[in-house]
Amino acid sequence: MATSFRTPLARARGLGSAKEGVHHWKLQRITAISELILELWLVFQLIRMAGSGYSEWLSWFGSPLNASLLALWIISVFYHTKLGLQVVIEDYVHRPATKIAAHVALNLVAVALAVTALVSIITISLRV
Amino acid sequence: MASRTPEDAIVQAKRPLSPHLQIYRWPLSMMMSIMHRATGIALSVGLLLMVWWLVALASGPDAFDRIHSLAGSWFGLLVLFGLTIVWAFHLMSGIRHMVWDTGRGLNIHQLRPGAMLVLGGAAALTILVWIAVLIAR
Repeated sequence: MATSFRTPLARARGLGSAKEGVHHWKLQRITAISELILELWLVFQLIRMAGSGYSEWLSWFGSPLNASLLALWIISVFYHTKLGLQVVIEDYVHRPATKIAAHVALNLVAVALAVTALVSIITISLRV
Repeated sequence: MASRTPEDAIVQAKRPLSPHLQIYRWPLSMMMSIMHRATGIALSVGLLLMVWWLVALASGPDAFDRIHSLAGSWFGLLVLFGLTIVWAFHLMSGIRHMVWDTGRGLNIHQLRPGAMLVLGGAAALTILVWIAVLIAR
């Protein structure tokens, strides 16, 4: 490495984890824990509802508790997925232009699909 | 330094190269790490299916029946079973990651038991879920 006259602190500031601190790491864990709790409920519900038809699902979504918990799960799981796939892009995509495009695409798709899912949940729950 | 003779070249050509991915046995820690990432990516695809299902349900009974007959086919059930395994592994492995975050389970002698606990737990969770599905329906 070439000699640098900058202090280690000056080099670290504004870069990677030094810029955001433990934000990425922490949110990955918080969303993991909220998914763990919500999936205990969700998987139980999916098992209970296995083989149900349209009208049964409609009344399931008619319960504000079910619709709200599923919406919370969607928010948590999309954030968790976005953080995870972000690291995959950081690790494997090296060309700057492709990398930036991949990050932008990931963010746009994650938000678009999360909103689609949430609007669908609201639509279904209001149909009863 | 002596000049290279043809014999030297033969000796050099016969020297073993350092082993590469397809030569040596993958260490357990490496397999578990790769599988955590691979299952995470697979679950992202599973999430797409979940959104598709929600959109179908919001679109009305026809779209709902189409996706449900697809999900109930042998191929659909295979995908759902595969997603259950992938989900169970990522969940168990994720718990292991959070145990590591507390500074526990990082010693070399804890590597194998930890990995076996994840694999065994994932298999047990998958079987438990599908037995429950069979009983429920």
